[in-house]
Amino acid sequence: MKYQSQSIAKLYFIAAIGLFVGQILFGVTLGLQYVIGDFLFPEIPFNVARMVHTNLLIVWLLFGFMGSAYYLVPEESERELYAPWLAKLMFWIFLIAGALTILGYLMVPYATLAEITMNDLLPTMGREFLEQPTITKIGIVIVALAFLFNIGMTILTGRKTVISLVLLTGLIGLAVFFLFSFYNPDNVVMDKYFWWFVVHLWVEGVWELIMAAMLAYVLIKVTGVDREVIEKWLYIIIAMALISGLIGTGHHFFWIGAPDYWQWLGSIFSAIEPIPFFMMTLFAFNVVNKRRRDHPNKAAVLWALGTAVMAFLGAGVWGFLHTLAPVNFYTHGTQITAAHGHMAFYGAYVMVILTMISYSMPLMRGKQAGNARAQVIEMWSFWLMTVAMVFITLFLTGAGILQVYLQRYSDTPLGFMATQDKLEIFYWAREGAGVIFLIGLFLYIYSFFAKGEDVVMPEAAVAS
Amino acid sequence: MRETFTKGMARNIYYGGGVFFFLVLIGLTVDTVRGLPKTDNSQNLTEEVAAGKRLWEINNCIGCHTLLGEGAYFAPELGNVYTRFGESTDAIKGFIMSRPKDGIPGRRSMPQFNFTPDELEEIAQFLKYVDGIKVARDWPPNKEG
Repeated sequence: MKYQSQSIAKLYFIAAIGLFVGQILFGVTLGLQYVIGDFLFPEIPFNVARMVHTNLLIVWLLFGFMGSAYYLVPEESERELYAPWLAKLMFWIFLIAGALTILGYLMVPYATLAEITMNDLLPTMGREFLEQPTITKIGIVIVALAFLFNIGMTILTGRKTVISLVLLTGLIGLAVFFLFSFYNPDNVVMDKYFWWFVVHLWVEGVWELIMAAMLAYVLIKVTGVDREVIEKWLYIIIAMALISGLIGTGHHFFWIGAPDYWQWLGSIFSAIEPIPFFMMTLFAFNVVNKRRRDHPNKAAVLWALGTAVMAFLGAGVWGFLHTLAPVNFYTHGTQITAAHGHMAFYGAYVMVILTMISYSMPLMRGKQAGNARAQVIEMWSFWLMTVAMVFITLFLTGAGILQVYLQRYSDTPLGFMATQDKLEIFYWAREGAGVIFLIGLFLYIYSFFAKGEDVVMPEAAVAS
Repeated sequence: MRETFTKGMARNIYYGGGVFFFLVLIGLTVDTVRGLPKTDNSQNLTEEVAAGKRLWEINNCIGCHTLLGEGAYFAPELGNVYTRFGESTDAIKGFIMSRPKDGIPGRRSMPQFNFTPDELEEIAQFLKYVDGIKVARDWPPNKEG
């Protein structure tokens, strides 16, 4: 760590991991509700637990992105953060606002929360992933603006690198597209169409820029490969992400009342969407193979390679599986979608943040890398969480295929609930995999506290 | 990557491709929004339906159900529930009203929301309106949703 202000990232990362634990606890709860329908009913009904699960994910990923930016940008810009105090202030504001929102979900009925927060003045609540009260959404915008100002000023007054500029573009996009969450027309087709301007243009658009920049940064650090090479890869990956992903939004417009041409455009362009993710895989392995140094932080290298592979599988392969309109006609809104969602979010965004944390956390604690035992434990947690997620995805895919057949494809279709009863075995198996994931997560946290002999960095590897 | 393919070329593809396809998306969006009145059932978008949508939102219905395939996958699709329930808003209202307060032992159950008769009517009208949206290929594949 070269600049003092980089250590602000530590706050953000600790909060991110804490919220991550909450997210998974609620995930395991939801999995149980799938098989024991009245579990925690009516105290914590499914919709509340799900909202907590998905909103905690979004909030902790945002903490992770912001923390990563606060770590990465000063070093790339070769100067201290423009306003460290602002970053600390925004941390507490965001944490308190986030915690109050989650408590609101859990303590009072959602309709009461809408009333307390005066949703009527500007109704934005009650849409998937955008359930936050309007006041929280405004808070998110304020935090995002302060964050962008801080990061932007640091970049503009310092050294400008491709990585920091791409990261900044992605973060600006994140803030700009979030503004669509305030647009909530009565017309359901319009509502759905523009809802995707937040959701799709985030996860299949600007977030890919953020992810690619973070991955490129860590790869430069752990491999010592020439910046020119890495920047060229970065440009071409994000070029493909935007070329495929922007019109690829169309794969969400198949069945919401939008014109028929989206069936073609959405299918063709989203069929290209796996390419940037595949290039990320090639990129990571290629660069690691050409490494000029063996960085003592083996765990970080594992996370970096892991995210490249899992993002391709989850976002690329599982996305393509059901993205063509004739296939999606049958699979839309089934457990296939859930399967894809889980592995894509884990593989792309969870893992890239854990990569960044894995690389930077030891440095912020005054070491080049975690001690040998801590790294072994961290790598065990990598495998437990990653393999568990693969099985969650496979079981949900099994459930989804059977669901599609029984409810939509067969000549004698069953009703929704009758079909769900027949999927029980898959749901139990998924719950088992979920518990393994939780164990992996606890092991991950333990790795930060594991004692052992320090790993020494070879002198030659310390440079740049 | 080969030396003949320079970083400058990669950068130009990124800026050029990004801006071009963003403009294409805006163009297609304008075209889509202009064409929507043909399919979006906006002629039946009454005050009552709008109030129903608000109730749909503030009770977080999307947290369990899908609507035109989007939402959670815990409870049935409701974009075509009007059709599935024999085109009867009374059947929809009856179902919502009859949910037991403490759930059903061992089973999934919808919460009891204690809606007033007016609210029930608004929700039913909202679901009827959504059912009237002209979706490509009449998705979902059958009435089971």
